[in-house]
Amino acid sequence: MTRTGAPLLYLDNVSVSFDGFKALNALSLLVEKGEMRAVIGPNGAGKTTMMDVITGKTRPDEGQVVFGEKTDLTKLDEPAIAALGIGRKFQKPTVFEPLSVWDNLLLALAGDRRPRFTLWARESTDEQDRIEQVLETIRLTELRHRIAGGLSHGQKQWLEIGMLLAQDPQLLLVDEPVAGMTDAETEQTADLLRDINRTRSVVVVEHDMAFVRALGVRVTVLHEGSVLSEGTIDHVSNDPKVIEVYLGR
Amino acid sequence: MNRTATLICLVLVLGGALLLAAGNQLAAPGSTFHVPTYVISLVGKYLCYAMLALALDLVWGYAGILSLGHAAFFALGGYAMGMYLMRQIGTRGMYGNAILPDFMVFLNWKELPWYWHGFDNPGFAILMVLLVPGLLALVFGWLAFRSRVSGVYLSIITQALTFALLLAFFRNDMGFGGNNGLTDFKDIFGYRLQADSTRTALLIASAVFLCLMLLVARFIVTSRFGKVLIAVRDTEARTRFLGYRPERYKLFVFVVSAIMAGIGGALYVPQVGIINPSEFSPANSIEAVIWVAVGGRGTLVGAILGAILVNGGKTFFTGALPEIWLFALGALFILVTLFLPHGVLGLFRRREKARSTKPAQGTVTEPAE
Repeated sequence: MTRTGAPLLYLDNVSVSFDGFKALNALSLLVEKGEMRAVIGPNGAGKTTMMDVITGKTRPDEGQVVFGEKTDLTKLDEPAIAALGIGRKFQKPTVFEPLSVWDNLLLALAGDRRPRFTLWARESTDEQDRIEQVLETIRLTELRHRIAGGLSHGQKQWLEIGMLLAQDPQLLLVDEPVAGMTDAETEQTADLLRDINRTRSVVVVEHDMAFVRALGVRVTVLHEGSVLSEGTIDHVSNDPKVIEVYLGR
Repeated sequence: MNRTATLICLVLVLGGALLLAAGNQLAAPGSTFHVPTYVISLVGKYLCYAMLALALDLVWGYAGILSLGHAAFFALGGYAMGMYLMRQIGTRGMYGNAILPDFMVFLNWKELPWYWHGFDNPGFAILMVLLVPGLLALVFGWLAFRSRVSGVYLSIITQALTFALLLAFFRNDMGFGGNNGLTDFKDIFGYRLQADSTRTALLIASAVFLCLMLLVARFIVTSRFGKVLIAVRDTEARTRFLGYRPERYKLFVFVVSAIMAGIGGALYVPQVGIINPSEFSPANSIEAVIWVAVGGRGTLVGAILGAILVNGGKTFFTGALPEIWLFALGALFILVTLFLPHGVLGLFRRREKARSTKPAQGTVTEPAE
C-alpha cells in the first residue's frame, strides 16, 4: 500500500502536561492512509505520551486528534478507540502469559467483545482459519499450543504483533518493536512490518537508527514534545537541529 | 487435570452426602453404620462454607478481585432465609404473636417493618436470597470497577463494606434482631427443622447446590469469557487496548459470585439454626480467603477442598485444643503462602506435571505471581 494523500490520523496542536512538565507541546502530526511512519527522538521527547493520547489512555489538555474523516479520538476511551481500528503494541511485550499462543490470538481476533457473546462463543472455522493465517505470518505455527509465558522475548514480540494483526486495525502503533532483539530477529521484524504495511498504516516508535534506516520510510523527529524535523532518514540525520539534539549534549 | 479433578470432586461431594444421608436414615441408632444427626449438620455446614470459598475463588482466582468482604454476601443470603424462618414460627414464639417475631414484641414494636413483608412466602424469600446479595454486588461493583479501583484498594473497601454491614445489623432499630440476630426457628417449607429427615434433606440440598455452582463456575472459566477474565486478571490495560471493557467482565463474575455466596448463606442458616451480625465480621471473610489459598487459588475444586479441610481442622482443634486454633490457622496461612503457592491442589498438579513432560494445551490457568 502506498501513500494516498488522504489523512488517516491528524494530531492538531496537542499539548499534555504532567504536574507542570510539558510532555507534549503543541504537537502536530499527519499520517496518511497507507503510510508507514517512523517516529524517533531522545528519551523524554514525548513518543510514548503521543501513543497514549492517540489510544485514549491520556487525555490532552489542548488540541485535537482526528482519525479518518472526522472522528475526534479525545472524546473516546481505550476500548472504543480500539474498536475503531487502532491497534497498539507496547514497548515491553505484553501478551497474556497464562494463555496459549492460540488463545492469545483468539482473544485478539476482531469480533464481538461483549460478555454476553464471549460467554457462549464457540470457535468458528472462520476464526480458526484467520488464526492459522496470522500464525503463519508471525512464524509461530509450530508453537500454537505453547503457553505464551514460556516463549522467548523475540517470540513474544511477534506474538504481540500477531495479536495486532488478528485485531485487523487500520492503523498500527508499534512502540520499539526491536528492543532486545538479535540482529536476525530485527531483520525479520523489519520484513514483517513492511509486509503489514502493504494493507495497513503503521506508526513505529524506535530508538534503533539502523532499524529505521532499514525500514526506509518517512521519519519524524520529536524533541521536548514537538516536531523538530521531518523527512527522509538522510534529510533528518543531516539536519543541524537534529544533530545538536542527539549529539550536542 | 482440571476436568478430572472437577469430576472427582462432584462424585465425592454427591456420593459422600448420599452415604451420610443413608447412614443417618437407614442404619438403626447404635449400629456401626449409623451417622448421628449432628454430623449431618456439621458436614452440611462445611458444604455451605465450600460454596462461599468457590464464589470467592471465582472472583479472586480468575478475575484478580481479592474480596475481603465476601462473607457479607453469604450473611445477607443467610438473613433473607432467616427472615423467612422467623415468619414461619408464628404463634409458637415466646410471646405467641402471630405476626411479629419475638424480638420485635420485646422491643415493643406494634407492626411489622415494611421490609419484613413478603418473607412469609417461601418463593419471595428465595427470590430475596438471590436478589439482595446480587444487587448489592451490582451497585458496589459498578461503582468500584467503573472508577478502576483495583488491587489492595478494592480489598480495603470490600472490608469496609462488610464492617459497615456488621455495625448496621448490630443496631436493634435496624429490625434484624440486633446482637442476637435471628434464631429459635421451627419449620422450613412446612417441615420440622429439628427432624432428622429435614436435616438430611438440607445436607443433600447443600451438596446438590455446591455441585451445580461448581459446574456453573467451570462453564464460566472455561468459556471464551473465562479466557478474557484471566487476561483481565493479569494484564488489564492490555485488554482495553484490544477493545474489551474489563469492568463489564469483572462486574458479571462479581455478581454471579455474590449470588453463589448468598445461596450458601441461605442453606447455612437452617443447618446451624441461627444468623447474627457476627457473620459479617471481617475475620470471617479473611478466613474464607485462607480456605481458598490453602486449597489452591484459581482452581475452583481447590477452594472446595480448602474450605472442607480447614473447617474440618477447625472443628477438631477447637474441640481438642481450643486455645491454639487461631495460632494454627495463622501458621497454616503462612506455611501455605511460603511453601504451597498453588495450595494443596498444586501438590497434585506438580506431581502430574513431573510425570508427563508434555504440557496439556490450554489448561494452565494458575495466577501468574
